[in-house]
Amino acid sequence: MTIRALRDDYHGEFKDSLEKFGGLQLLYLGWDKHQMFCSSRAFPLPPEMRFQELLDNVMPEAFGQHPEFTQINWNKAQWILDNSAFQPDHSKTLTEMGIGHKSLLRLVTPELTGYKGAGI
Amino acid sequence: MSPKKLNLKDKYKLLTRDLDWEFSYEDRKEAFPYEEFEGIKITDWDKWEDPFRLTMESYWKYQAEKEKKLYAIYDAFAQNNGQTNVTDARYVNALKLFLTGVSPGEHAAHLGFAFTGRQMGGIGARVAAQMQSIDELRHIQTQIHAMSHYNKFFDGFDEFNHMHDRLWYLSVPKSFFEDARTAGPFEFMIAIGFSFEYVLTNLLFVPFMSGAAYNGDMATVTFGFSAQSDEARHMTLGLEIIKFLLEQHEDNLPIVQKWLDKWLWRGYRLLTLVAMMMDYMLPQKVMSWQEAWELYFEDAAGALFKDLERYGIKMPDYTDTIKQEKEHLSHQAWWIFYQYTHAAAFHTWTPSAEEMDWLSEKYPDTFDKYYRPRWELAAEMEAKGERFYTTGLPQLCQTCQIPMAFTEMSDPTQVSYRESIYNDERFHFCSDPCKSIFDNEPEKYVNAWLPVHQILQGNCGGGGLDKVMEYYHLDDGVANLDFEGSPDAERWKDWKGVA
Repeated sequence: MTIRALRDDYHGEFKDSLEKFGGLQLLYLGWDKHQMFCSSRAFPLPPEMRFQELLDNVMPEAFGQHPEFTQINWNKAQWILDNSAFQPDHSKTLTEMGIGHKSLLRLVTPELTGYKGAGI
Repeated sequence: MSPKKLNLKDKYKLLTRDLDWEFSYEDRKEAFPYEEFEGIKITDWDKWEDPFRLTMESYWKYQAEKEKKLYAIYDAFAQNNGQTNVTDARYVNALKLFLTGVSPGEHAAHLGFAFTGRQMGGIGARVAAQMQSIDELRHIQTQIHAMSHYNKFFDGFDEFNHMHDRLWYLSVPKSFFEDARTAGPFEFMIAIGFSFEYVLTNLLFVPFMSGAAYNGDMATVTFGFSAQSDEARHMTLGLEIIKFLLEQHEDNLPIVQKWLDKWLWRGYRLLTLVAMMMDYMLPQKVMSWQEAWELYFEDAAGALFKDLERYGIKMPDYTDTIKQEKEHLSHQAWWIFYQYTHAAAFHTWTPSAEEMDWLSEKYPDTFDKYYRPRWELAAEMEAKGERFYTTGLPQLCQTCQIPMAFTEMSDPTQVSYRESIYNDERFHFCSDPCKSIFDNEPEKYVNAWLPVHQILQGNCGGGGLDKVMEYYHLDDGVANLDFEGSPDAERWKDWKGVA
């Protein structure tokens, strides 16, 4: 049973389905062990955005406030997409790489341990 | 012959149980259309024991007497400029959180109990729910009146009702009550009547009311006292409903257990706001969140669950997680509000050196290791004139709607991410219980009005943050941002003659 409702044929409205975002899709971005940012963030992005554009234009808005941001070596950065290890191709688009609507993409930088090495 | 005076017992019977009638020409099932779909089996409503032992007539008399006393004190508080006697203007931000976040919940409870007071088949239960419904309406009114005096001197109160339907963090309490109110009558009674008003109530009211007492807020303390006897009645109703359902039919046990598992977690997540209020917002602290949790949940609710064991009820599995989270919760929560306070209707601030020492003492295993450095970073940025307001919008949990800020208890520096895929769409959760609540009823939670997604869909004023602020009725530079430099802070300095 997917809901206990008065009528068996009740269905909820999918409030955040793809078509509600005017041609964009949602991407959540997190930076593991960098808790200066209290949580991962939500960005509406074009599905045809290339990964390089994501790095150049979206990452600074997401995490640029962190003192370690400028030290990130993007060639060595590790990624977790929807809870699985992920190897991006910087020239490919989000769609081409299987980054879908409401995907969660986490940046992992083991050499950067956060403010005072405390994971912040 | 003079009219005979009724004895108390007869009077009680006539004015409560005797208000019911038999359905001779209408189908009883049509009169109570919500009574069966939840799967609860009631074999005999006559077994219901009235928890209040009150007739409406005496109820009005008691309540009117309490109101008279309460409003006399409100008047005295206003005439004596009671707002100048609080410990510090920062305290008033706890009241802003209360009025915007808690008081509308009283109204939601009023509506919910009015619904169960109509839809439960037993007259005893209906009368009790109706009385509680009226109590809840009284509570939101007396809370508004207690705080209306502060509204004359502090920012962030005036649009509380408008904000409740719109602001990102207020969707947490709002969706909590809407979840309960859109359930059937018995789930609502277990959700609000038992889980919230019985098991968790002391973790909501005692912290706010003792916080008021410790911080010189006579108006709110008096409201608390005036509500106390109502709350005591609500607790007896909560206990009666769970015992009644469990005694009526053995098939009710798994349903009730599932509701308890769901609602104690939903309630606990909601109390995150109380945790940060206790540890960070009260200038004069009462006790830590951890101490409150131990006293009011681990000790008190522990005994209650022992008592319910004879019905087969078990303490929810996740209480061990909560036990670990109690050392982290308030710190993680205040950090959310600290960095998003530009979009909040109350002020936040960096804890002072003395406050941090208090936190170290209260949280010896976690504060210095995980949280003190956050405040040091914040203080460092502030000293450079770059007070930390974060960019972008947070990812929210689909169930509790709190930003995804909670961490794994096995590694408190790692955010806890959970997800489910339903109908090819991805949904995200802050925790295992929030995920399993969704998984049990996905058709309910796909419908959640998540503030961040609504902003990004253009449904909150459209455009940028300035439009969202207009949509919120949030005065930028007045009711939001850091306490330091706020109009509240300036007025306070003026009153106190501090340069």
